[in-house]
Amino acid sequence: MTARMVHDGLFRLDSDGDIRLLGSRCEECSHLQFPVAETCSMCGSERSTTIDLERQGTLWLSTVVTNAPPGYLGEVPYGFGVVELPSGLRIITLITEKEVVEFGTPLRLVAHDLGINDDGEMVVTYAFSPGSS
Amino acid sequence: MTNSVAVAGVGLHPFGRFDRTVTQMGVSAVRAALEDAGNPSFQSVFCATVYSGVAAGHKVLGALGLTGTPIVNVEAGCASGGAALMLATNAVRSGQCDTALVLGIEKMPRGIIRSSFFEPWREQSGLAATPAYFALRAMRLMRDSGITKEDLAQIVVKNRAEGVNNEIAMYRTATTVEAVLESRLVCEPLHLHMLCSPNEGAAAIVVQRSDLARRDAPKIASAQLRSHLPGSILGEATPLSGVADENIPAASTIAAHAAFEEAGYGPDDLDLIECQDTDAAREILAYEELGLCARGDSAQLVRNGDTARGGRWPVNLSGGLLSKGEPLGASALAQIIELSNQIDGRAGIRQIENAQIGLAHTVGRGANAAVVIITK
Ligand SMILES: [Zn+2]
Repeated sequence: MTARMVHDGLFRLDSDGDIRLLGSRCEECSHLQFPVAETCSMCGSERSTTIDLERQGTLWLSTVVTNAPPGYLGEVPYGFGVVELPSGLRIITLITEKEVVEFGTPLRLVAHDLGINDDGEMVVTYAFSPGSS
Repeated sequence: MTNSVAVAGVGLHPFGRFDRTVTQMGVSAVRAALEDAGNPSFQSVFCATVYSGVAAGHKVLGALGLTGTPIVNVEAGCASGGAALMLATNAVRSGQCDTALVLGIEKMPRGIIRSSFFEPWREQSGLAATPAYFALRAMRLMRDSGITKEDLAQIVVKNRAEGVNNEIAMYRTATTVEAVLESRLVCEPLHLHMLCSPNEGAAAIVVQRSDLARRDAPKIASAQLRSHLPGSILGEATPLSGVADENIPAASTIAAHAAFEEAGYGPDDLDLIECQDTDAAREILAYEELGLCARGDSAQLVRNGDTARGGRWPVNLSGGLLSKGEPLGASALAQIIELSNQIDGRAGIRQIENAQIGLAHTVGRGANAAVVIITK
């Protein structure tokens, strides 16, 4: 089965299976953003560099979703929350645990199979999972 | 020289689920508000709605044969009604017109609401789960302010007890902490009864120069709308103000400061408050954002009963959204109508003594926040 990234430009899948989230660093004010954006949401600058974001972070907020929201391709229940990267950037993410994860728990970035789309392709997104890489 | 602005008339269509069109509900509310104000002529109309489609306000005024004035449809998420009231208040205050009609109408889709706010990849990835964002906000409040699930349930008990006496509310039965905690867990820590129901309804307010309205008509001391500051949300698609950088004041705080400054009052002067209880935690967070207590100190307000009937600041005497449900365009106006009726001494069985200064607060996607102060 072919795999399809849920959206182009969110992350990069390397041949060894490694996943890297892509973000923007503003050249004017150093503000970090995810996903990559053409403009800086802090200062409005259009001068930014696309960077690889850190693959390791800690849990900042977490909950568990029990009802499938509109358009969701995966299964319920699923973990959902905010991860804080060492750079201070916080990212909304799926969490691979089906229960609430404690504040500060080390998390690592993983590629996550969501489900099959209408074209019969496995749709892959990013998620964070307890543990160190 | 600016004009003093009054709430000259109010009208509500009940909140719930009805076999009526959004236009029909709007007609009922507008007719009631105009009648309450003595059927004045008006020179401007502002219609708050999110899901009613193109030119929704025009349909309502058209059905009443009252078109011809400028009609502007206003969308600002949950704060749409506050936004429309701000525009009408500014129009009258500045002398642009003597009388403006504000209406809010909504017929919300059922179930989890699909919003054009989220991009398709966020939907496919499960990141468009609106109640989950509320749950994360609640989790943060529990961590930062020591709020417990019992505290959250207590807010539901408080508001539903008031909803029993509000004839426009969708839910008119009292509940208990145990019953709330036994309702289905939607997203930890939020149980089903801690979340308001999106529904249908309409509200209308006639905003008029005070010298043209009846003498004791309540005054609009301030009507403010603010959006979030850069850096306080995790990107345009995440409705979680204050999560990216906790040191940037929330939109609700900025709007409240502006309203207090214009009105010349502070939190201690308030006799009653209607605030956004989209979920139970959202109400408690508003206590901190509006300055009823310092950041992190809201648990004491809940546990002391400071925000219940008879307390220092009765909050959501209308029953709140937890009792009424939330028709986005109409909900903020219904709050303002509750304040006006209390201040006017016509809140019926819900009437409190010495209601002179009230504050209404709505906040939602954008992030948008509206704060309105109504006085005797
Ligand atoms: Zn910048």
